[in-house]
Amino acid sequence: MGLGPYLFLATLEGLVQASVLTVTAVGLSLVFGVMRVVNVAHGEFFMLGAVFAWFISTLLTGHPTLGFIAALVISPLIVGVIALISERFILKRLNYDPEATIVATIGLLYVFQQSTLIFFGPNAQAVEPPFYYTIRFPWFGYSGYKLFIIAAAIVLMAGVWFLMRKTRIGLVMRATQMDRETAQAFGIGVDNVSAGVFALGAMLAAIAAVLVVPIQQAHYLMGLDPLLLSFIVVIIGGLGSIQGTIVAAILIGLSDGIISVFFSPTLAKMVSTLLVAFVLVFKPNGLFGKAER
Amino acid sequence: MTAETIRSNLILLAVVLVALFLLQFVLPDYYVLTATRMMVLAVFAVGYNMLLGYVGLLSLGHAIFFAAGLYASGLATYHLGVSVPFAFLLGIIAALILAFAIGWVALPTIRVSFMIVTLMFSQVGFLATLYFAPYTGGQDGLSLPQSARRFSLAGWQIDLTSEMVRYNIAFGLLAAAVAVSFAVLVSHKGRIFTAIRENEGRTEMLGFNVFAAKLEAFLYSGAISGAAGAAYGLLFGYIGSTFASIQYSIEVLLFTLLGGGGTLLGPLIGVVLMMTMIDRLSELTSAYLLVVGVVLIVLVLWFPKGILGTIRERWLPWLL
Repeated sequence: MGLGPYLFLATLEGLVQASVLTVTAVGLSLVFGVMRVVNVAHGEFFMLGAVFAWFISTLLTGHPTLGFIAALVISPLIVGVIALISERFILKRLNYDPEATIVATIGLLYVFQQSTLIFFGPNAQAVEPPFYYTIRFPWFGYSGYKLFIIAAAIVLMAGVWFLMRKTRIGLVMRATQMDRETAQAFGIGVDNVSAGVFALGAMLAAIAAVLVVPIQQAHYLMGLDPLLLSFIVVIIGGLGSIQGTIVAAILIGLSDGIISVFFSPTLAKMVSTLLVAFVLVFKPNGLFGKAER
Repeated sequence: MTAETIRSNLILLAVVLVALFLLQFVLPDYYVLTATRMMVLAVFAVGYNMLLGYVGLLSLGHAIFFAAGLYASGLATYHLGVSVPFAFLLGIIAALILAFAIGWVALPTIRVSFMIVTLMFSQVGFLATLYFAPYTGGQDGLSLPQSARRFSLAGWQIDLTSEMVRYNIAFGLLAAAVAVSFAVLVSHKGRIFTAIRENEGRTEMLGFNVFAAKLEAFLYSGAISGAAGAAYGLLFGYIGSTFASIQYSIEVLLFTLLGGGGTLLGPLIGVVLMMTMIDRLSELTSAYLLVVGVVLIVLVLWFPKGILGTIRERWLPWLL
């Protein structure tokens, strides 16, 4: 295999990573944008999504496609409910104070992660993909399911865009993001908006996890990497900006996939983490973000 | 701050320290080791409290300073055969340099950004310990050689494998750390730190150099954390990348919040309670970190001032 096909393969892998990352990070970005809450437990919602997907697929013994579709619907719903409960009982009581909510979501991170360890156990569990289909390129065969992930991410992002730009719900969310107090003065129930957004963000992470679990396996510690990567993406894209988040996710996902082929993945992570810290120091609105109003 | 408050606090500190010293003659052997570990971690928490409690800066990356002390001293004894006291100093110096660099870059950011920037820097440090695994031993870590388990100081032969010796070194370090933080708190600088915590904008308007004061607090905090890390590695003869992980940054935050940020003895109380809970629970289940999550949530919801902070508010207003 020459360099050309090799790069092509790396790009494909990068695109798959970028798709999953985009869906996860947009959830984090929504929550930060509308609620001004940095949700450190976001990665655990991702992990819970994967674990519930495994439970559901083991309960349904029929064709794997059936289990997968059921998981894709039910798992995010369960995660959404868990997020809603956490929001009502913890974040709301803290009045969404930025520092207190970070500490509280760190607490949630441990609660979710360790509860999963109790009920799910320390072993990684595989979930069967809904279909096996290999696409034959001239140089190598490639899993059709991975291409399905990319397509699903595109559809999901179109859905989020439609929700935010073309529906009343999106309008209310954007109004709350722009100015919480004025929105409230206009009769918008900003507290309910926060609850909804928090659940929506968690559900996006869960959907991403259900998509990725057939190629990655569910494990109780799997939440940390998506969390850190989502942080990186959301910061580079500009805190709270969804377009920025998508662009940054594709950039980071692609470059991560390609760089890891040529350099040590640990070094790649070190460099990107360091870069992000400096972006946050010198360009607090992100590389693509507009200045704060 | 009247002379009366300072005297009451000094008496309280003296009583606690004397009690801690006498404890080694009463405790069974197994608990001497546990108490030694707790005291070293309490030094770490005292260092963290300098920043969170006095200046009001919440860092999510203090493991990097603990690890800087741990690795600088540990690697120096392991690879270069440096003597233990000198290695300890090296650990503090490494933490100071790192604190200066990170403080310089991170302190201009505020609140949430500061938390994330410190978290990111700390994560880079953690990844570095993995990347340089040929030198650091990575995840498995390194056991320090026999030569680093004993040293002579001013004609005394000191054996670091002895429980009693370790206990007293840890005790001495904790006493020193508490003394430093007491001295800083009652000094002129301490007032500026508190003023920044209460109202940063006003302090700046009054003509104080807020950035310089924050950087100074960051240096104290980093140096004490580094001393704790260096002591931990040298006393127990092991260094590993776990000590640089996010979990260590979070545990020290938890110790401080539980005992009460901004109180002198809060970090010690937080460490003792938290470590006891973790040890008890780890005998029952492998998911013992659950308690970390639960305590964090309970604290932030109902006791944001921690144990000593709540006691101070309700009953003992003179407590520092």
